[in-house]
Amino acid sequence: MEHNVAASRLQGTGAHALELDGVARHFGALVALTGITMRIAPGERRAVLGSNGAGKTTLFNAVTGDFLPTAGRIRFFGEDITALAPHERIRRGLRRTYQISQLFTNLSVLDSIYLACRGVSRRRFSLLRPSLSDPNMAQAESIMHVVHLDADRDKLVGTLSHGQQRQLEIALALAGAPRFILFDEPAAGLSPTERRDLVAILNALPKYIGYIIIEHDLDVALRVSEYVSMMHNGRLFKEGTPEEIENDPMVQEIYLGGGHG
Amino acid sequence: MTLAAFTPAAPVRKSWFERLGIGHVLLGAFLLLYPLIASDFFLTTIGGYSMILGMIALSLMLLAGYGGMVSLAQITIAGVAAYVIAIFGENNSNVHGFGWPWWIAAPFGIFLAALFSAMFGWIAVRTEGIYTIMITLAIATASFYFAQQNYTLFNGFPGYSGLRAPEAFGLYWREPRPFYYLCLACAALAYAAVLYGSRSTFGLTLQAIRDNPRRMRAIGYDVTAHKVFAWFLSGLIAGTAGVLLAWFNGRISPGTIAVGPAINILIIAIIGGLRHPIGPFLGAVVVVLMQTFAIDIVGAERFNTLIGLFFLVIVFVSPDGILGLWERFKPSQDRDGWHSRPDGTGV
Repeated sequence: MEHNVAASRLQGTGAHALELDGVARHFGALVALTGITMRIAPGERRAVLGSNGAGKTTLFNAVTGDFLPTAGRIRFFGEDITALAPHERIRRGLRRTYQISQLFTNLSVLDSIYLACRGVSRRRFSLLRPSLSDPNMAQAESIMHVVHLDADRDKLVGTLSHGQQRQLEIALALAGAPRFILFDEPAAGLSPTERRDLVAILNALPKYIGYIIIEHDLDVALRVSEYVSMMHNGRLFKEGTPEEIENDPMVQEIYLGGGHG
Repeated sequence: MTLAAFTPAAPVRKSWFERLGIGHVLLGAFLLLYPLIASDFFLTTIGGYSMILGMIALSLMLLAGYGGMVSLAQITIAGVAAYVIAIFGENNSNVHGFGWPWWIAAPFGIFLAALFSAMFGWIAVRTEGIYTIMITLAIATASFYFAQQNYTLFNGFPGYSGLRAPEAFGLYWREPRPFYYLCLACAALAYAAVLYGSRSTFGLTLQAIRDNPRRMRAIGYDVTAHKVFAWFLSGLIAGTAGVLLAWFNGRISPGTIAVGPAINILIIAIIGGLRHPIGPFLGAVVVVLMQTFAIDIVGAERFNTLIGLFFLVIVFVSPDGILGLWERFKPSQDRDGWHSRPDGTGV
């Protein structure tokens, strides 16, 4: 039903989930991003590939508001969010995960996910302890189940394994009612089994949730995306389906280091 | 076997006694009965004063332990409430003294202290770590010199004297027993509020912000607003202690909010431990006892050296203060079966 609500909302606006127009970000003389123009439809799942230093994470930081772009506009479901504070963007349904896990090491798994659910609810502030009937607590329990962390609900996050911390990263991004998620190398440091689990989790997300995934593991990236954008030196230089990208000689030259064609 | 045997058991509801914990019950009983064995000196100068300093240190523990914000301006915030009592209540310095009744002046002082605390916090939350300490030290130092040099509002160096605790419900509340119980009630309320609040949604939010403010923004929280509100709550506790301090001393002067006392609060909190709200009170008792009796041991010129050495030993042996020592000692008790391990959930 939530899918229908989201779909009708989107039909109403006719907007793209995410629109970037000429987004640039400079750090002094360093040009980290330049002229990024990108349109992503609601529910679309896109991979952004590129070598280290290509500007992929900088692109995410600009979209989530970790820092403001030097130039260009960013629209989220038709609304200009270029100057909004990060938490305001999150409340509109944007989510992200981090390349290096950004978690609450002294909180339990359940408390962490509960806070993530509560953070995007209207009643995020309370001086009372969470009650068992709190709907955010129920949602936290169900998200914990989705990312297979049920057995670790009361463990402190700092004591979790790397793989479990990556799962928790995803759990925090799924809290509330996400409309679009930015996944920053979710498979980094995962074992082959954990990668298979990750692919299953991403493919099982409701269809109305779109995302961009940055991933160096092409096996993962191309199996969970419908469209691929390639970045190099802060620019977008190629877009296409996974097959087109995989067979593009220029992509192979830059991204895979040549010798593949 | 009947079907009833498969019915999941309802969660076991603990009695209020179990939820309170044996430690709290014993401590509460001791503190309530303490006036039966203590002299007037031990009731107020040791007991009452320890609880006042403990509350100011508790306000620091709330910020530092749960919020990761170490403040050196807590005594300044307490001072705001104390000066309000002096200026808006009655004093015998013949300056101001508007004669407001205590039941208006005291809540007004506490509220104003909390507002000032929120303002200090709003300035300080733009920084982290050592820079927060430096900014709050600057606020404390500037406030001290301002109070010392401004005669229009603060009556300068001498400050205000002749502040009287209220006479209400047939009691003069500065007499030893009533004052002790007044301090105990305020301290217990502040302690219970912080302990309960640490597991509240706001408490969890504050601890999560301490662990990772960037992530908190990325899950929808206004980090600055939550931090500033923590300063406001901390100001309520420090302000309450400030009112009691004014009644305890019967005076307020810039010396009370000088840099030395500001650092003392940090020392109290660190000696006690910042991991649990009982820590600041433990630290306060130790420091007050040392301040009172070190003179007898090493003479008036050396007692600060003794406190300094004790501070060094505590920090060296246990970075978590007396609480840290207790945590080390506790497991051996459990192994011996002296008492059952608390479930750690607190009240």
